[in-house]
Amino acid sequence: MSGHSRYDPKTGIEKWLDARLPIIRLGVDTLIFPSPRNLNYWWTFGAILAVMLVSQLITGIILAMHYVPHPDHAFDAIQHINRDVNYGWLLQPMHAVGASMMFLAAYIHMFRGIYYGSAKNPREMIWIVGMVIYLLMMAAGFMGYVLPWGQMSIWGAIVITNLFSAIPPEAAGTSVTQWLWGGFSVDGPTLNRFFSLHYLLPFLIVAMVMLHVWALHIPSNNNPTGISIKTKADTLDFHPYYTVKDAFAIVVFLMIFSWFLFFMPDSMGHPDNLIPANPLSTPAHIVPEWYYLPFYAMLRAVPDKLLGVLTMFGAIAILFVLPWLDTSKVRSMRYRPLAKLFFFIFVLACLGLGWCGAKLPSDLVFATGVDEAGNAVGFSFVWLSRILTVYYFAFFFPILPILGWVEKPKPRPASIEASVLAHAKGDD
Amino acid sequence: MADTTEPTRRDFIHIASGAASVVGVGFFAWPLIDQMNPSADTMALATIELDISNIEEGQQVVAKWQGKPVFIRYRTPAEIAAADAVDVASLRDKQTDDERLIPGPDGKLKPQYLVAIGVCTHLGCVPLFDPNDEKGGEYRGWFCPCHGSHYDNSGRIRKGPAPKNLEIPPYWYITDTVLEIGKEAVV
Amino acid sequence: MLKWFASLAVLAVFSASGAMASGGGEHKLKHEHWHFDGVFGTYDKAAAQRGFQIYQEVCSACHGLKYVAFYNLADEGAPFYDPEFPNSNESPVVKALAKQFTITDGPDDSGDMFDRPGLTSDKLPSPFANDMAAKASNGGALPPDLSLITRARHDGSNYVYSLLTGYIDTPHGMEIAAGMNYNPMFAGGDQIAMAQPLYEGSVEYTDGTEASVEQMAKDVTEFLTWAADPKMEQRKRTGWMVMIYLFLLSLLLYGSYRAVWRDVEH
Repeated sequence: MSGHSRYDPKTGIEKWLDARLPIIRLGVDTLIFPSPRNLNYWWTFGAILAVMLVSQLITGIILAMHYVPHPDHAFDAIQHINRDVNYGWLLQPMHAVGASMMFLAAYIHMFRGIYYGSAKNPREMIWIVGMVIYLLMMAAGFMGYVLPWGQMSIWGAIVITNLFSAIPPEAAGTSVTQWLWGGFSVDGPTLNRFFSLHYLLPFLIVAMVMLHVWALHIPSNNNPTGISIKTKADTLDFHPYYTVKDAFAIVVFLMIFSWFLFFMPDSMGHPDNLIPANPLSTPAHIVPEWYYLPFYAMLRAVPDKLLGVLTMFGAIAILFVLPWLDTSKVRSMRYRPLAKLFFFIFVLACLGLGWCGAKLPSDLVFATGVDEAGNAVGFSFVWLSRILTVYYFAFFFPILPILGWVEKPKPRPASIEASVLAHAKGDD
Repeated sequence: MADTTEPTRRDFIHIASGAASVVGVGFFAWPLIDQMNPSADTMALATIELDISNIEEGQQVVAKWQGKPVFIRYRTPAEIAAADAVDVASLRDKQTDDERLIPGPDGKLKPQYLVAIGVCTHLGCVPLFDPNDEKGGEYRGWFCPCHGSHYDNSGRIRKGPAPKNLEIPPYWYITDTVLEIGKEAVV
Repeated sequence: MLKWFASLAVLAVFSASGAMASGGGEHKLKHEHWHFDGVFGTYDKAAAQRGFQIYQEVCSACHGLKYVAFYNLADEGAPFYDPEFPNSNESPVVKALAKQFTITDGPDDSGDMFDRPGLTSDKLPSPFANDMAAKASNGGALPPDLSLITRARHDGSNYVYSLLTGYIDTPHGMEIAAGMNYNPMFAGGDQIAMAQPLYEGSVEYTDGTEASVEQMAKDVTEFLTWAADPKMEQRKRTGWMVMIYLFLLSLLLYGSYRAVWRDVEH
């Protein structure tokens, strides 16, 4: 698909520039390439994510102009931005709420990829680069949450960096946590390096996004049928067909974003983070940002520290090998009734894990009775998270590989075009 | 498939949505630009009120205003007379002493108080004042030690490399002895 | 469009899980109707002014409000806003108020700190020099700064109101530690170091409003909610303009989309 360029320089200046720096050609070829004609709205989240990334970059660079990465001043700086800086009351929440919105879009984007088999041959590299972006986003989001230096900031940082104390010092040659902290606890040096890295990571994300888009241009988009492009009749040029569709979807997404930003800016955060950081007093209930909750639930589901940490990181690591775990010849789960069923259970498991992550492990999902001391007993969240963690991993292995063997797919259309003509008004 | 010979009615919707997008981006650009302007807490310090009733004749006080020193000098009648006697035509930056003063609440000039920004117009050093007339320069006003600019007691450049007289900040008399620096009188 | 509903549903689940994260084992808070509630809510200026009087006469003995400067009190959307003075530093109310306070400034030429009357640009002075001094004067308990209190507690405005009106008789058989007071609304347990601050007629309102405990608690909550979120009115107003703009733009873009795709089966 990327073989022949669609750019034809007409004026003298364009020809001159094209011979020296074919940047217009690059732009045109990036936007005008044959895409499947049946992409649905789930495919607009890539463009939405691009817009959110730019929004985070712009607001982030601006916040850095007013922020002070020092334990004595960081909390005050956020208040200064919100109270005194011109439009700071808009730009600071835009960055904080924007992070949540970006993760929301990223999760939808990923679930879409799993459902329609977008990770599979020949798009493994798109998926893997995407997973690298996801990891970088998690790191950037975590470090960004530390910067306001509230109670959740410091205690989140303490809990997460302590995960690395699971690595024995003999194995690393040094205390990994002291190295991460630059001291004996989470303090000024930690905050300062987190600020530096938080500023760096988005640029790595931008670089990875370029690779993601580059890799996408080799086989072009997957599509809801999962069937490869066969003829020109299967395709439409990305521009204007999908640029205009994406633009519409972006604006609808921005409306949801704006609703949270203007009318409930605190709903995505935690009130404790508006209490200045105090390294001597732990909040009663430490919870990470919602987008980490499923992983936090898995961490707490395992009674052993090292195994818990491995489980949590394993949950992310297993995503990298998804293209090889899903062994079915059919990409799209639209034609795989069993896979579809297990996929929806998987989505529910992820949401359920998020629910568990927000609760104390000892809280009860439902009570079955009362013990001698008068305390309610019943099914606790730690057990729910254990069951869901097992399902999370089981979905990738062995459910997906086994389904590839045993499942009998439904009949598929002959081509994208045939599918489009068959359900001209169809909705999956 | 779209082609280039579409009726204008169909183009109109694209022009409209394109224009609306551009307008939106334009509006959003303003907060991004305006955030670099001085913030509200900085603006709260843009003007200062100063009680000058305790300056003694022949002395000056230095107030800090917008990060710069401001000289408020209580001049003696002899100094005022000397400033008025200067031949304006002979000055590098031609200004009478009266042009460098403002009226008090009664509408009359208050020549005893000379208010000037204490930044040498040459390269930005702070000129020296000396009530004992030893370090204040040849014209008994101010002397800039960096490159030897001499100012008279009206803050006018008389000798040395500086091109302009000491700048007069915007200010007004709230009462006979209280100044607000940073703002002109509301007429 | 079905898909958008689906994504909205996902969003709803996530916000619900966020809301669940905020549920604690606390006692049921009283839910007042607030003037600032909802997407059109604004601050009740008269109530917030009375609330400032409560803060000044009662709370400020122990609690600071360090992120609020005098000029903030006359900013747009603030209790003492007066459209005649768009520059809040020139508001006569704020100028007169600031002058009543003594601010420690310095060091002066001889290296000493000195006292001067407050300026509009000063932050409201805190009652104690630092947290340690505050603890030492309050039997080891730290009275928190109130600048963000309604955002730093779950359901903060209702929490502050419930706490202030939540001092009730100690249940029979309950041991109250020395220096503590019974208040079931307190987030840190049933016992709070702060003694009941508001009693019937604790202040005499300048506008003649009857100073019942509920009235005073409500007014000071209105004021503290403003102090924690002083740009709320601006934010909601801007929000509506943005929402209307985005809605119209989405209609235009949908039209564009239909025009581009008009001849294509999909």
